[in-house]
Amino acid sequence: MSERAMTSNQTKILAVLAALVAVAIVVPNTNSFLILLATRALAFSILVMSLDILLGYTGLASLGQAAYLGVGAYLTAILATKYQFGLGYDFWLVLLFGIMVGGALAAVFGLLAIRASGVYFLMITLALGQCVWGLAYRWNSLTGGDNGINLRQRPKFGAIDLSNEVAFFFLVFVIFCISLGLMYTLVRSPFGRSLAGIRERELRMKILGYNTWLHKYIAFIIAGAFGGLSGVLWAHTAGIVSPINIELTNSVDALLMAVLGGAGTLVGGVIGSFIVFGLREYLSTLVPWWQYVLGIIYVLTILFLPTGLMGIPERIRQRRARNGNAGKPKQLAPAATS
Amino acid sequence: MATDATPNASSESALPALELKGLSKSFGGLHAVRGVTFKLMPGDRKAIIGPNGAGKTTLFNLITGIFPSSSGQVLLYGRDVTAWSSHRRTALGMARTFQVTHLFPKLTVLDNVLLAIKGLRPSKYVMWRFMSSYPDVYEKAHGLLERAQFMDRKDTEVRFLSHGEQRQLEIVLGLASDPKILLLDEPAAGLSSGESVEMSEFLQGLDPKLAILLIEHDMDVVFDVASNISVLHFGEMLESGPAEQIRQSAKVREIYLGTE
Repeated sequence: MSERAMTSNQTKILAVLAALVAVAIVVPNTNSFLILLATRALAFSILVMSLDILLGYTGLASLGQAAYLGVGAYLTAILATKYQFGLGYDFWLVLLFGIMVGGALAAVFGLLAIRASGVYFLMITLALGQCVWGLAYRWNSLTGGDNGINLRQRPKFGAIDLSNEVAFFFLVFVIFCISLGLMYTLVRSPFGRSLAGIRERELRMKILGYNTWLHKYIAFIIAGAFGGLSGVLWAHTAGIVSPINIELTNSVDALLMAVLGGAGTLVGGVIGSFIVFGLREYLSTLVPWWQYVLGIIYVLTILFLPTGLMGIPERIRQRRARNGNAGKPKQLAPAATS
Repeated sequence: MATDATPNASSESALPALELKGLSKSFGGLHAVRGVTFKLMPGDRKAIIGPNGAGKTTLFNLITGIFPSSSGQVLLYGRDVTAWSSHRRTALGMARTFQVTHLFPKLTVLDNVLLAIKGLRPSKYVMWRFMSSYPDVYEKAHGLLERAQFMDRKDTEVRFLSHGEQRQLEIVLGLASDPKILLLDEPAAGLSSGESVEMSEFLQGLDPKLAILLIEHDMDVVFDVASNISVLHFGEMLESGPAEQIRQSAKVREIYLGTE
């Protein structure tokens, strides 16, 4: 039993690695539109995975996750346009600052939000996210207000110019892979398992000796840090940072991508992100009411596939097992009569 | 060294593992627990009985810090822990089980036990190593599961276990942190008579140094496990004494045993 569980785990890891290799080979050989689309989806999926740590593993549905992407993105844009900082090798520093500013913001917001749970947690994170949005919208001198900030160039590392789509794609791809690896290690670690325990039964965790508040707080900060990281990448991917990036719809999108792919799976969020980004671009060229299509997909997922797309293999297995059991007596019955 | 340690150990064993001093709790106008004073020495086996609504589970929640008390004190090994949060009290060696099963339903039996073992280890904060890279924790979990005869079901999700199995697992989780004080909230609740005999045999087989405080309605389990019984009635400690004395007490019969 345990051996089978282990091998099925190994197959999953192999499948993910194979998919990553496939993406790395296929995407650079497509056209520049698709490369940019994949880059966007990858950068955003870091945010979705960070949200999944809260939603899927800790059981905290945050509706303000875009705020962390926002501060990372604004930091990058402000440093690049006002101080010409982060356009060379110092980009790595910006990456670090983005992680820190996302984590720091989460450390402040967490003090307010982690006290609550369920719907109240949702409402507080929503309100805090809107505060960041308001700040970006109103603080004209720093953020450019409604117009946002245009980034005129991407970083250059010596001969490697990231304005080249393929080079930039690989940068985002590598950072994405590292993030996925780090978060996967996190959720499999004792700390990550403690988050699952908190999701399942927080009271029991307290009685077992866990300071559940602290565990949730740390998870919240880690999620914020990865959110900040995705913001740095997002700023250079999109080339413009504006209040739209922090809007509620962006937080909701991240939440729905995680649910669509399957909460509590990490890679589910990535799949959700790719599907939504792809559908959005594709559908918007076909019909003006494309948002309704996405809406219907979300509703159908929540109604009929609560475990998300990643839950489909498990459901098929269960159905097969059920049909297998139901099928046996049927086969036996004619045999008995003959 | 050894001679030094002996007086220390004896002075520590003279301290009550758990002591309650005038512990009270009111919810609005309802006085759920009133001025309860109680001592549990290391190795003691005591039970608290009382009709439904007597405040037994509330008392456990005060002892474990799930509710703050309205007045009075909770002492663990002489330390006043009244204002402490639950997880800090657990770190002093206290564990409890719940009347209504409080397991991790969507985790496997093994994962439930692993979490319980990790609870008091500093490595519970480690996030850069897989849980599976701690063979000592797995060994201990396997030991606990073997003792409770759960090895064949260790990869089953807990929600698929029977009620009786879940009650047993409650106690395994309580024991996983190697507690010195174990609070059992109706361990035999909902068990068949055969199962509750098994349960009381299991409890009697536990380490004699472990102090046990038991809440239970099944009087057979109470008389089998506890040598000392206290009766709680409307939040007050009505009577305490050796099991035989309580069995014979007219007052207790009237309010509790007589109803059977």
